[in-house]
Amino acid sequence: MTTATEQDVGYNSKIEGNVIFSTADAVINWVRSNSVWPMPMGLACCAIELMGVGASKFDIARFGMEVMRFSPRQSDCMIVAGTVTYKMAEAVRRIYDQMAEPKWVVAMGACASSGGMYRSYAVLQGVDRILPVDVYISGCPPRPEALIDGMLRLQEKIRTEKSLWQIKAGRDNPEHLPTGPR
Amino acid sequence: MNLKETFAFLEERPSKDCPAYNCPAGELVNLMQALRDQHGYSMLVDLTAVDEGPGHEPRFIAVYHLLNLETFAYLRIASACEGDAASPEIPTVSHIWAGANWHERETYDMFGIRFKGHPDLRRILMWDEYPHYPLRKEFPLAGFDMDFQAPDVAERTGVRIQPAPMAGGPFVASGEGPMSEQEPRAKDQSWHEQHKKPAGSGTA
Repeated sequence: MTTATEQDVGYNSKIEGNVIFSTADAVINWVRSNSVWPMPMGLACCAIELMGVGASKFDIARFGMEVMRFSPRQSDCMIVAGTVTYKMAEAVRRIYDQMAEPKWVVAMGACASSGGMYRSYAVLQGVDRILPVDVYISGCPPRPEALIDGMLRLQEKIRTEKSLWQIKAGRDNPEHLPTGPR
Repeated sequence: MNLKETFAFLEERPSKDCPAYNCPAGELVNLMQALRDQHGYSMLVDLTAVDEGPGHEPRFIAVYHLLNLETFAYLRIASACEGDAASPEIPTVSHIWAGANWHERETYDMFGIRFKGHPDLRRILMWDEYPHYPLRKEFPLAGFDMDFQAPDVAERTGVRIQPAPMAGGPFVASGEGPMSEQEPRAKDQSWHEQHKKPAGSGTA
């Protein structure tokens, strides 16, 4: 019988058998964070960078996010890429409402984050006034690397979520709802 | 060729580039039809309007830019709108150039000019219920505070349509020194929605 060395501490099927002990949250979050299906809410030039991230050069498939779905019912992360006008804000919110839980929102670029350079009567001054934003990405537009970094931050955030606690506490528990200006 | 010889009602209009004429609104459709069919101005490049400001008569002037695709000559036609300042009117040219359709909708959206005979005169940029015409002179650059157009979304999110004043704006270039140092800058960035602008410190 071999003795366990330091390298075997992580997992050794000979010692532990084919059983892994973990917490449900860890497994759920591992699955969710590595299979984010983005909803590309492309509204302006940020969408071009978003396409660049999806294409082969930057290849967001490396992080399990290449499955861009144009139906809100098949996606769980809305990437708001571009200027949200008041006219479009209604549609953005209605599409978000149709996405299944759990769902996340990434505000890509200056316009989606704060209205950006559009200090205008026609432009919503930040999509966080209608949606609970998880990650803000700076840039005008952000480079693809910045978007990838933002998506990795979102993965980190997903991995810290407590799904079972959330179900127990109720989805509408204000303690758990995202905070931010409306 | 001088268009004034053919169309006696035209008046010359000051212009720094292409020939420009003022045309009475009543003659506009006939003039445009003739310019397209007999004078080769087959393309309507742009259609917009000018607001001369409250109290000015005439206040709203529709402006048409035409291009002759054989001689590459541009032509500008301006025509003062009829009716009072609340509801200026001008005949449509959308049956002459199909491309005028959306241009006229945009001009209606921004200036409130009604194009008589237009097949589908609805707003094209702002949402249908929007009560203002943003490019009119009395419209403040920041916009107005008003309810969001979808009541159910407003109820769920608390979103309102809020004025967005240009903090410290307008943004102007200094005009001094090398071009790399002439980036437009706000003159005073100390005020925004939460901190009101001090009274009497310039215009928004």
